[in-house]
Amino acid sequence: MINWIEKQRYIIDFTISSLLRRKVKNFGLLALYTLIVFILASTMFFTYSIKKEASLILKDAPEIVVQKIVAGRHDLLPVSYLDTIKNIRGVAAVESRLWGYYYDSLVSANYTLLVPPANGSSEDSAHLPTKATVVESESGVDTSKPLFELNGAVLEPGTLIIGNGIARLRNIGKGDYMPFRAFDGNVMNLRIAGVLSSQSELVSSDLMLITGEDFRKLFGIDKSYVTDLTVVVNNPSEIATVASKIKKRLPQARPIIRDEILRTYDSIFNWRGGMMIVIFSAAVLAFVIFAWDKASGLSAGERREIGILKAVGWETSDVIQMKFWEGAMVSLTAFFTGVILAYVHVFFTGSLVFEPALKGWSNLYPNFELTPFVNLEQLTTLFFLTVVPYTVATIVPIWRAATIDPDSAMRFTGD
Amino acid sequence: MIELVKVKKVFNAGNPSEFSALNSINLLIEENQVTVLKGPSGSGKTTLLSIVGCMSRPTAGRVKLQGREITSLPERFLTDIRRKTFGFIFQQPNLIKGISVLDNVMLPAYPLGEKRLHLKTKAMKGLAELNIANKAASKVEWLSGGEAQRASIVRALINDPHIIIADEPTAHLDTKLSYRFMEIIEKFKAEGKTVIITSHDPLVYESSMVDRVVKLRDGQIEGEQA
Amino acid sequence: MRLKGFISIAIMRNSSLFFIYITSGAVLLSLLLVHASFSESAQQANLEEKAMLVKTLKLTDLCLFTEARYTRHLSQADLNTPFQDHPLSLEHFPSGSFTQAPERTGERP
Repeated sequence: MINWIEKQRYIIDFTISSLLRRKVKNFGLLALYTLIVFILASTMFFTYSIKKEASLILKDAPEIVVQKIVAGRHDLLPVSYLDTIKNIRGVAAVESRLWGYYYDSLVSANYTLLVPPANGSSEDSAHLPTKATVVESESGVDTSKPLFELNGAVLEPGTLIIGNGIARLRNIGKGDYMPFRAFDGNVMNLRIAGVLSSQSELVSSDLMLITGEDFRKLFGIDKSYVTDLTVVVNNPSEIATVASKIKKRLPQARPIIRDEILRTYDSIFNWRGGMMIVIFSAAVLAFVIFAWDKASGLSAGERREIGILKAVGWETSDVIQMKFWEGAMVSLTAFFTGVILAYVHVFFTGSLVFEPALKGWSNLYPNFELTPFVNLEQLTTLFFLTVVPYTVATIVPIWRAATIDPDSAMRFTGD
Repeated sequence: MIELVKVKKVFNAGNPSEFSALNSINLLIEENQVTVLKGPSGSGKTTLLSIVGCMSRPTAGRVKLQGREITSLPERFLTDIRRKTFGFIFQQPNLIKGISVLDNVMLPAYPLGEKRLHLKTKAMKGLAELNIANKAASKVEWLSGGEAQRASIVRALINDPHIIIADEPTAHLDTKLSYRFMEIIEKFKAEGKTVIITSHDPLVYESSMVDRVVKLRDGQIEGEQA
Repeated sequence: MRLKGFISIAIMRNSSLFFIYITSGAVLLSLLLVHASFSESAQQANLEEKAMLVKTLKLTDLCLFTEARYTRHLSQADLNTPFQDHPLSLEHFPSGSFTQAPERTGERP
């Protein structure tokens, strides 16, 4: 046993000095390999963590969201829909939502404007839900001017509570004013009443909380219309049934259930799909082919070396072991380096390398620190995807060369 | 000691380029003797040497090593015997470039998994005996012809072989170095080893320490000289 | 002579260097895994804050891609919108390299 270990150490010694002889080529190979592992591991860590985080964060998203579709486009929803829906059996509460997009040409960014849901005494709700959504601090009840308060910032008419991303992008904060171009061409100046926390940027980076009145004034939407609705059902297991009832009663309605929302995020970052992985698989394939080619076409020098080894007493199996270690060493080094760098890259630098792709065309991009949801399974998959193919690709073609008989080696006299 | 019975070696059998390197060789090589295989190129010297040294198998005939038949042993056993019994000195030093002299010398012992310190000591001692200990850490490219030849001799000895086999060892050496080489051979003989050399260099086969010269021509043994 | 011998023994063998590298790699990786599990619990408060915001404001999506309506609110997008430009317009935006078309449960009666 000791002998075997010592023998492997010798073979590794020799293999390393063998690799070091062609430093440039082998370091280039190692660098390329590490890069591939790095990208693959980064993609894996990123998508897995974001999926996990999405599933945790969005677990209390609205049970059913009802949109109106006209001629293939989202259309404003008439308030009368609320009454229709609240009369469906199984519906506990219906609430309207007012939200939309505003394009800020100054910084070329899209904002999401949202009227925060009022609670309790809103005239829009069917009846008071027994499970009221909890807000940090309940606002005073004034039906004509609903107030909203979040972490001390009070949303009054003429004010906004903005997401931290916007604050960063436009370099504005509490107390500053921001001009908006309304639907009729007039300018509306709104004051920033508060900024949402930086920790919540993943969901709130581009949000602007605005009062219902200001929203309608800005976009010219009549009081008889809302953007869409949210529905609370009595029995969570009845959600799908209620959704189909809604669709039956209101043919132009399109209900989206919470389950779909969660599944969207489950599938959306499927790293097994997407362009990224297509490009990436091509790269890996090219790399494996390259490795195979390199291993099968031994140079004259390499052949001579194997001949010498056979001549001085190495068996075929010893030569194969040497080649195995050659492949294994390169891939193990690439694996550890690549994975460690990928972890640091995704969880400590916020996926710096991916940022341009993630950011895309938008100027507004949330600062967020992903929570590392990494497990052993991911690492094992990575290992089998990267280390095994390369090691195999190095050994298999060697077989024929390794079986050179020592006699031919003797005849290699000179070159 | 080493016995060859009706050994025949054919290359490229079945092809148009088929040719017979050895035809029915019968040979007995004695222990603790220096035997030289002499003959022009193409006479089959190297082939014969290679069969004697368990580096290749005969197409026909039998080979016995100290009474034990080794002709049809599986490769693994043959290699094991070869490793432990024979030390090869080639025409060219055939050292592996890019690694040190010491590493080159220890190479044949790697598969045996000896303790490194022990192996290293042995190697250094061998290098010292041939006066190239100071080159132990140098890369082989830096050695002179004679030094390289000596390094390859040390390598051949690393596993304490009983039988030394040398193929045209003086072909690339000048006269002085050739004499030095023969002195080393004398030392082997004094240590009780058996030496088999192929050569067409008179300096070798006319040397006083040679016990027997076997003449080869066209794959067959001619007469014998005392 | 003896000193030289001592020095050459003291220098690391290649294979030892390799084992050290791999071992430290494995150790580092394990440390990172430990970091991961610690972070998971440390970030609980953070995750809860976001979940609370989602609940309070009735949000439906993460704010990742603000380039277009159907990339900003992925779960609310219908299949029409991206297809209006071109069936493969998901790749109009770099975010398409990460995301696929949202899955739909199919038509409900």
